[in-house]
Amino acid sequence: MAKKNQDGYLSAKEARRISRENRRITNRMEKQRKRKNVPESEYLTKMRDPNNAVEFDNLHTYFFTDAGTVRSVDGVSFDVPIGKTVGVVGESGCGKSVTSLSLMQLLQRPQGQIVEGEIRLNLGDKACDVTKTPNEVMQRFRGNYVSMIFQEPMTALNPVFRIGAQIDEVIELHDTANRSKAQIRERTIELLKMVGIANSEGVYSMFPHELSGGMRQRVVIAMALACDPRIIIADEPTTALDVTIQAQILDLLRQLKNRTNASIMFITHDLGVIAEMADYVVVMYAGRVVEKGTAEDIFHHPAHPYTIGLMNSKPVVGKKVDALYSIPGKVPNPVNMPNYCYFRDRCEMCVGQCDGAYPPEAAISDTHKVSCYRYAGGKGGD
Amino acid sequence: MAKETSEYLLEVKNLKKYFPIKGGFVSKTVGNVKAVDGVSFRIRRGSTMGLVGESGCGKSTVGRTILRLQDKTDGEVLYNGREVFSLSKQEMRQMRTKMQIIFQDPYSSLSPRLPVGEIIGEGVREHRLVPPGELDDYVTKIMRECGLQEFHKDRYPHEFSGGQRQRICIARALALNPEFILCDEPVSALDVSIQAQIINLLRDLQKQFGLTYLFISHDLSVVEHISDTVGVMYLGNMVEFSETEKIFEKPLHPYTVALFSAIPVPDPDYKMNRIVLQGSIPSPADPPGGCKFHTRCEKCMEVCEKVQPEFREVAPGHFCACHLYDGASPDTKR
Repeated sequence: MAKKNQDGYLSAKEARRISRENRRITNRMEKQRKRKNVPESEYLTKMRDPNNAVEFDNLHTYFFTDAGTVRSVDGVSFDVPIGKTVGVVGESGCGKSVTSLSLMQLLQRPQGQIVEGEIRLNLGDKACDVTKTPNEVMQRFRGNYVSMIFQEPMTALNPVFRIGAQIDEVIELHDTANRSKAQIRERTIELLKMVGIANSEGVYSMFPHELSGGMRQRVVIAMALACDPRIIIADEPTTALDVTIQAQILDLLRQLKNRTNASIMFITHDLGVIAEMADYVVVMYAGRVVEKGTAEDIFHHPAHPYTIGLMNSKPVVGKKVDALYSIPGKVPNPVNMPNYCYFRDRCEMCVGQCDGAYPPEAAISDTHKVSCYRYAGGKGGD
Repeated sequence: MAKETSEYLLEVKNLKKYFPIKGGFVSKTVGNVKAVDGVSFRIRRGSTMGLVGESGCGKSTVGRTILRLQDKTDGEVLYNGREVFSLSKQEMRQMRTKMQIIFQDPYSSLSPRLPVGEIIGEGVREHRLVPPGELDDYVTKIMRECGLQEFHKDRYPHEFSGGQRQRICIARALALNPEFILCDEPVSALDVSIQAQIINLLRDLQKQFGLTYLFISHDLSVVEHISDTVGVMYLGNMVEFSETEKIFEKPLHPYTVALFSAIPVPDPDYKMNRIVLQGSIPSPADPPGGCKFHTRCEKCMEVCEKVQPEFREVAPGHFCACHLYDGASPDTKR
């Protein structure tokens, strides 16, 4: 780990050493990635369960920064079944977004690298490991198989192009049907209608600034749905919106999902939204999955102290409490993670084993898994 | 009314704030954005009033006008029974220490070039609230109260996380020994667990110093938790105002009903009978005639399109602006 002087800052010498080291690692990885004509056998793989759309398997995504290696995602495994919604909850900086960016291969390279693990993407008749897929193949998957709805509808749209042109471009680049210009335009207008924009012909030739936040988010959703993706990643799609508009957008997403039988990976920090949308819930903390299960498991029987704390710290309408519960302390520094349970220093339910290594995943039921020694059933401790 | 001035710290009567739209060759005023169009409420000393509504409904404009950060167009703002806008420059300067504000975004509301101790102490020194020799100790004391450490004083805002920055903002407001603090969405930029810390801090400080808050937010669950009274705004008008329990138990105005039904509940089995409002908020530059909500209202009647409903007491202590309750005396209907 990086040495620091007594003020808590890195010395120049130390910073130089780290950045040299980083460049060595990232150059090697980039070289591997930039090879031409990678044979298919290298990235084709098999799904563990053919009913899953995506399987994250022990994913590690690190960022090699000048201040040290940030382990944004540190061993994340979960599945996204076909036609289901998986909610990913956690505080900012816990690696929710980095997990989804890893699936899209949109990480900020060369600093951001997937160093270990597999992400298996179900392509119907075959499956492929996204982490090893070369860029030009990945380009065909984006939009067609996986697409993303971004958080900020203000910044996700280009302010200098018309709405129509921006959606046309997506179809032109990703659609395999080889449509003519007129057909593309038709499809775009159809999409705008589908997401509930009444004046779709008019909006086609408008600029983003002429639309309200809710309308812009609809346009972003239309763009994500342009090529009928199997998996939609919704990265905090309603965080920037008002409750009334949020209700409209959630309704819309639910309808669209039912119509196309796509899977949604729904990332948010709002537990209320998760409860409403998700079939399965994954709770992340400091780059790791601390608890996962069905929505009933998580909301009715939360097991991990972090999940319990998170539930209690949110005020609920109709429930009067004097003071809100607040989780003491703060998230550990991502550059310098402890070698025991990451939540131990903030946890009020510590048991003796918590001083040991990071707790292994323990199963409470078939669907409900938690990483905590309190449920390890005596077999933990190593 | 005269004896009530001691009970209510702040009274706002029919406040209006229009922003002119300039246009044409010589920049004539061609219209007005009616950001706040006749809002009245009052806040009891030592209590918290929540102000909710969609973005663009004029919540923040109300707050900023009360603090005289911008001029009003019409109406009255009475602070301790005195009209804020009639104060002279010198009196206003003294008044500034009594009314403080906590901004929404702790990332942009702190100067990146000043150390934290200076950010908190600047106003105190400027207003000569404590002797220069004691300033340092005073700042330390305030920082302790807000959950900051003494060694944070020499650090710069970029070295802090969002929650801690918000604590710095609170310390800065608190350092001037105010009576009234306007909290303009103080927790909406923060994570859930940090939100809880800040909300608890605000409540503790209120108990300790007897502060009065005007709490602006669009997060209804937070507002319910923290406030004693709640006002709901729509397109520059107050549509409903009452005590928190009453308004959450039995909202009267159709907009309030729809707004409350849109709150997501963290329970997967929760039966949803949600009223999804269609469309979005109309432009305040060209608001619809009659009741401003009639374009999206489920219970729209003929009269709604023509006559603007009066903001009146429809049940004891429960104010509402809606034609549904036109005939009702304060306690017969519902």
